[in-house]
Amino acid sequence: MQASNPVLKLKSAAITALVMLGLALLAYELPDILDKKVLSPEQHLTTVIWVGSVYSLFALGYALVFSILGVLNLSHSAVFMWGGYIGVMSVIRYDVPIYYTLPLAMLGGGIIGVLVDLIAFAPLRRRNAPRISQLISSLGASAVLVNLAQLEFGTSPERFPRTTLKELPYEATVARPYTIGWLGAEFRITPLQVSIVVIAFALMFLLQYLVARTKTGKAMRVVAFNQKVAGLLSISVGGIFRLTFFLAGALAGAAGVLYALAYPSLTPFTGDEMALKGLTVIVLGGLGSIRGAVLGGLLVAAFEVYATAIGYSWLKDALPFVALFLILLFRPQGLLGEATVKRA
Amino acid sequence: MRSKNLLFVFVLITTLALPLGAVAQDDGERPLIGAWDTCADPANLSGEVKIGVAFAQSEAAAIYGVPQQQAVELAIAEINESGYLGEATLVAVTEDAGSTPETAISAFTNLVAEDVSAIIGPTLSNQAMAADPVAFGTERQESGDPLIPVVGVSNTRTGMETDFAASYGDGGAYFRRISLPESKVIPGTVEQVVDILGIETVGIMYSDNDQFTASAYEVFVSALEENGVEIVATETFATGDVDFTAQLTNIIAANPDAIVVSALAAEIVPLLEQARSQLGYTGPIIGGNGFNTPGIASEDRGAGTDANGVVVGGAWNVARQNEISTAFTAKYEEEYGTPADQFAVQAYTGTWVVATAIRCADSADPAAVLEALATTADFETPLGTFSFDEDGLPEHEPVAQIIKDGQYLLLTEESAAEVFGE
Repeated sequence: MQASNPVLKLKSAAITALVMLGLALLAYELPDILDKKVLSPEQHLTTVIWVGSVYSLFALGYALVFSILGVLNLSHSAVFMWGGYIGVMSVIRYDVPIYYTLPLAMLGGGIIGVLVDLIAFAPLRRRNAPRISQLISSLGASAVLVNLAQLEFGTSPERFPRTTLKELPYEATVARPYTIGWLGAEFRITPLQVSIVVIAFALMFLLQYLVARTKTGKAMRVVAFNQKVAGLLSISVGGIFRLTFFLAGALAGAAGVLYALAYPSLTPFTGDEMALKGLTVIVLGGLGSIRGAVLGGLLVAAFEVYATAIGYSWLKDALPFVALFLILLFRPQGLLGEATVKRA
Repeated sequence: MRSKNLLFVFVLITTLALPLGAVAQDDGERPLIGAWDTCADPANLSGEVKIGVAFAQSEAAAIYGVPQQQAVELAIAEINESGYLGEATLVAVTEDAGSTPETAISAFTNLVAEDVSAIIGPTLSNQAMAADPVAFGTERQESGDPLIPVVGVSNTRTGMETDFAASYGDGGAYFRRISLPESKVIPGTVEQVVDILGIETVGIMYSDNDQFTASAYEVFVSALEENGVEIVATETFATGDVDFTAQLTNIIAANPDAIVVSALAAEIVPLLEQARSQLGYTGPIIGGNGFNTPGIASEDRGAGTDANGVVVGGAWNVARQNEISTAFTAKYEEEYGTPADQFAVQAYTGTWVVATAIRCADSADPAAVLEALATTADFETPLGTFSFDEDGLPEHEPVAQIIKDGQYLLLTEESAAEVFGE
């Protein structure tokens, strides 16, 4: 759970700043060292920000459930994929206006999240099953959700119909060239991409606010700290669990719709592609840390894009893991994670 | 009195209907395709002749596998209705080959256990490399069971014949394909594109973890070099990726005359939209065989107008049809409600080629079927005049096409000018 201690806050801000500075330096120096030329760095940076924001939003669900339950919910990627389908299919099959797909997918994702908790986690929790059993159980839930999607939607890639996207105001799918004069930077971005970044960050700030500043958030943190203590304070532990799964599912649903808006190629296996990225994001950022997930998402996207930018596109999927390995050597708890101290 | 009337009506109807039926049997139902005269009606065939059919009915490659399956069913219906195999009925034993090598292997394992005379499929080249040996590979050879011919209708990876021969000796000859390998399609396409569009430099993008796209990449490189085209940028991605903006940014910044892409269908739509709508690239995009499905240019579910200016070599084009092809596409659309694509046409041709081998061999024995199959020459099909060359490679004339507003037009100076407005 997020640090509320001002010293820790300062520390995490310092780490974030250091990482960013280090990356900027690396980005600047590496091409010279390798004798490679980076073509349109500003366009690559644009890609990092908007792809990274979707990664972060997706990974937040993992982080949220982990921080409260201490267990990874591996069905999160399948809920994400279902979120995408709820959005796309509500438009294709029922002509739902595109603006309603985000809340609809969030609601749907949330409900699927709660169902996953009720079916795959709660019975095991009641029997005090070890966490590894819960992990495997969530993996099973993921397989079932993927298979259900395969049965219902088939396997050909689906997308938001182009005609629907074209009806969006401001020609949202067409990129505009922008120039930042004093930097001499030129890049192209679509209004849709800008909206995706804005929505993703807005949702992340909302979650951060909910956890850090509200009474519910406080209750969540107490449950994360110790369930027995939470019980003594008459906090409904089961209720908090369900709320956590609902929120994580809603985030997955939102990420799914944003993903489907961004990429016209949604299949029942889309979640599998994202699962590994999402796990890298939260381990990199620090398991259970909300800010860590945001930083991790941007970092993973940066590594992927930068590998391509310097001409090593064949390394793009490996580079985030190399970085992960190196970072874990120095900070086993992840960039913004807190070291676990076991007390007798 | 009443029963007499009824009897009269019955007799009248039967006498009128009998000749009608006979006429339909003789002329009306004989398809345009088939070695009706070159091979006599089979005398020794009877009962059921089983062939295995294994296409991707699930996962990503189902986009190709479903039309293939439909076309095979349509061909088998024609073959049986026309009595092409004499007394015998052609029966398809169908298995879902999925979209991975593993699922194709299990489909093939089930099919060889059914004592089929030949197998048609699987959909993808990397599935074929893994699964085809189940029918004729070392294990089969050592078991003493008869080797079974496998006819690929969409495997286009270069060198499959030589690879199989190297690994399985004579067993390798049991692999035949209808689909022109990229090595036969791409050089012709590149030559025409360079000639018609005046291209001097290209950037290349390909998926490096798929055998089919990687081998097509190599063929592109040698064809481009032969035509004196300079490669100014090369980028890779993985099958299943959806974001290509970083690679495209690099390529576009290198300012090539055209972008060459070797990818599978699922990656193509996001790639085209990112190149056109997001990064503003307007030049030609030259594609491999993965671009040969109308779904890619569909206005609603594909890349729509972002697919304009895609140039792709193919085995077949709706704008260059012979009468066999026209008859098939009309029938296919009537039956399934969607236009037939190249994959459907090739699967239909493959089924007829296999049935012809069975007819000409006058036997359902796999070895006899292979022998007849290998001598297929000058066979009139929807793809044109089809033969196997001396190396066992398929031969018919390929066709270069350009996409405009969802249509695959023949690539000519006029059609190119229409698309690029020059």
